Amino acid sequence: MSLDDYFHDETYFGDFTYRNSPQAIKRFPFPFPEDDYMYSVNMEPHVPGRKGSVFEHAFDVDEHYVAQMRDRARVLAEDPLRCQSLPHMTLAGWDLLELIMESFARDYPQWFELHKDGNRWHWINRPLGIDDKFTFLDESTLPYGPMEYITRQAQGDFTLQDQRNDNLWIEAGMVTTQADWSVDFDIGMNFHEWHAPVPLAREMGVFDRALKFLLQLQHGAPVRRFNWTMTVDPLLDTSPENYHKWGPSKTTMTRETIGRRQHLRVELQTLFRLPRSNAIAFPIRCYMISFQDLVTQPKWARRLHRVIRDLPEELATYKGFLRNRPLMVEYLSQFDDGKPTSPGWWPEDE
Amino acid sequence: MQTQFDTTMRSRPRYGVLEPRPGLAHLIVADGEGGEAVLALFAQAPELLETARVIYMPGANGTDMTAELEAVKPAQFSRVPSYAAGRQRIVKVLGDAHMGLQVYVTGTEGLMGQVQRDAMEAGLPHDAVQTEHRGSLVRRVQCVHCKGITEHVRTDPFQCGHCGLNLFVRDHYSRRLAAFQGVCVDAEDPGEVPPAVERFK
Amino acid sequence: MSVGATKIPVVVTEVVEVNSLIKRFRFVREDGGEMPGFSGGAHTVVEMDDGGTRRLNAYSLMSDPAERSGYEISVRRDDTGRGGSLFMHRHVKPGMRMLISPPVNLFGLDLRAKKHLLIAGGIGITPFIAQMAQLNALGARFELHYAARDRELGAYMTELSARYGDRVHRYYDVEGQAIDLPALLRGQPLGTHLYVCGPKGMIAWVLGTAGGMGWPKGALHSEEFLAPPVGQPFTAELAVSGITISVGAAQSLLEAIEAAGVEAPYLCRGGACGQCETRVLAAEGELLHHDHWLTDEQKAACGHIMPCVSRFKGARLVIER
Repeated sequence: MSLDDYFHDETYFGDFTYRNSPQAIKRFPFPFPEDDYMYSVNMEPHVPGRKGSVFEHAFDVDEHYVAQMRDRARVLAEDPLRCQSLPHMTLAGWDLLELIMESFARDYPQWFELHKDGNRWHWINRPLGIDDKFTFLDESTLPYGPMEYITRQAQGDFTLQDQRNDNLWIEAGMVTTQADWSVDFDIGMNFHEWHAPVPLAREMGVFDRALKFLLQLQHGAPVRRFNWTMTVDPLLDTSPENYHKWGPSKTTMTRETIGRRQHLRVELQTLFRLPRSNAIAFPIRCYMISFQDLVTQPKWARRLHRVIRDLPEELATYKGFLRNRPLMVEYLSQFDDGKPTSPGWWPEDE
Repeated sequence: MQTQFDTTMRSRPRYGVLEPRPGLAHLIVADGEGGEAVLALFAQAPELLETARVIYMPGANGTDMTAELEAVKPAQFSRVPSYAAGRQRIVKVLGDAHMGLQVYVTGTEGLMGQVQRDAMEAGLPHDAVQTEHRGSLVRRVQCVHCKGITEHVRTDPFQCGHCGLNLFVRDHYSRRLAAFQGVCVDAEDPGEVPPAVERFK
Repeated sequence: MSVGATKIPVVVTEVVEVNSLIKRFRFVREDGGEMPGFSGGAHTVVEMDDGGTRRLNAYSLMSDPAERSGYEISVRRDDTGRGGSLFMHRHVKPGMRMLISPPVNLFGLDLRAKKHLLIAGGIGITPFIAQMAQLNALGARFELHYAARDRELGAYMTELSARYGDRVHRYYDVEGQAIDLPALLRGQPLGTHLYVCGPKGMIAWVLGTAGGMGWPKGALHSEEFLAPPVGQPFTAELAVSGITISVGAAQSLLEAIEAAGVEAPYLCRGGACGQCETRVLAAEGELLHHDHWLTDEQKAACGHIMPCVSRFKGARLVIER
């Protein structure tokens, strides 16, 4: 199969031609292991998972790779503030570049190659047509800073957290596929500050426990968790910056269009301790699936109906879909026959 | 009087009460009613006067305590018309300073946030700067859409002075920008703007 | 290790006698691969099999973090200690296979600093050797002040001076030289961060002087690993595991828990990181707190213990493990 056949040519704004192939639907990371949902830390070791799943490798490169990188370049051209790195985070940027290049070259040798001669590195990215030679740890040999260079070639958002004074400080980030938060505003905040808008979780002590856990995160032992929300139309860049532009889309969804337009948006969040900087890399990979594709998996359809129907109102508000919840529940209820669901989220484990 | 704040939002800054700390030099910046906190600090520790450098600006509400502050005779006293006009002086003091400098800021949130930001840029940890809120509760707000900053915001929602969008004021605060966040209030239903309430006096 | 990282099987390739008290050890991976990169100030925990007693000691990595072919540590012999350093000195030879932990950093550089002021006493020099290599590569501004008893015990002083020139300031106690700390601290530009590693008394002196001169806490960094102290034997009941264990005189409570086959979390094994904090369910007697993790109030409340360094004297101790 040629590169052009595998990687979709599709858009994430305007005419929204984004589609999941049948294989992509099957491997979609459905985030609900049970029929109800409450905010929790739910972290587990990020070890290689089932073959073909989004966990098979440290970083998942899928059929949407080229189109998503094109969308990132479009967003950055409009608003360069979506990528920022405070000066002391450059070393962490190099750590991230090394982590991604080594992982890509190891896990997808048909697409990526990394050749090292000491600090003289040669990087080949076939899907994007990149072939660059540069000196590791020398910013003057790359067209962008190290974090921006590599995250223009990796799906998902990325933030880098410095660790000091028993806290984590978000001090660099590439953020163009976010669930409504602004890296430009949040950069420089500590762990509690940037999570401040999340309802209920603080009272539950979720963040104190999560922080304590992450401060001890070790190199070579990454962890992962899921988060999720809802998006109308497969818009990757649901930024607060552009909220006044995409906000109205929530009001035009109807019974007829919900199956096609309403998307479950899942974030696969992973956390890696970086070696030279002692910073923590936080890749936030976004997956989207339309309701009409999701309900092709009977177990997911039943469970999503129950989760959305029973979600506390604060969370539905925070996640921004309170307005459309009745419509969603009505649509999903058609696919819920009331039968019990099996534990875990794999669609085939019925 | 000191101000009580709702502390449910953890990104919201909290302020204390200025207390004298040992140090090689003392930079004290205040606006408007912050002058009262400066006088209270000197009353508590008159020895600070010998090395204190005070930079004072009248409040946006007209409160001007220049005469009272000059009367206690700090080692250096500068009256500046506004933070913007005084910033060069503040940055110069920080740039020339050695470790051991104590920084005290008191008055409105906008001033405290901006001086704290200057001190951080000069290399001090943010929590090394002592703050005490006095006077007006008007806010400095960044429009998340056009990035324009509006000073002295009194109502919620308010209209962005730069792009004209109607913004509601979140309690979410950025130390780096020294501003609260303003987000379009009628994004989903353009034109449906709730009436403005004077929340910050 | 509690957070999932696996130990690294290594071979000892070099043992160098640096002076009459200090030996340097070099480890390379058994499988010939590269070591994980690390940040200056990180340590590794070395696992020793000392005649059936399992010892786990943390040592700062002193090799250049950019150099991934191996790790180096320096060990100062403590003739009155529990035996970890004696084991390293007497029994560890080139060719020996050992297990070490991946690096963990509890003494990291604050890379925002406009200048890094490093103050070392004796064997406390080791984390700074790695940090200076990293700072030098980054082009960062730094200055080392390094005090030792005499020229013989001032490990690596000559090499460091040769490498970094007048950025290295040396002081020998027997020659009556001492750091003029107030003068040194007074002249530092705003944005300087201070790091100190050495004997307890030195750390207290440096932090106390700096605090008294108005340095903010956030600009002060220190690291002191405590060796678990020798003490009287005692017994402890592990409530979760439902067993009672005996803690020997030269054994820590943590080591006794591990020897009983019970998993317990840890990172530094020196009373600094907080990872092994354990709830005390009952204590008829006196908790002998030796850590610098719990606050004085927490220590007085007797609700928690750090089993890596702290001990117990009395009739009955029950902990949640």
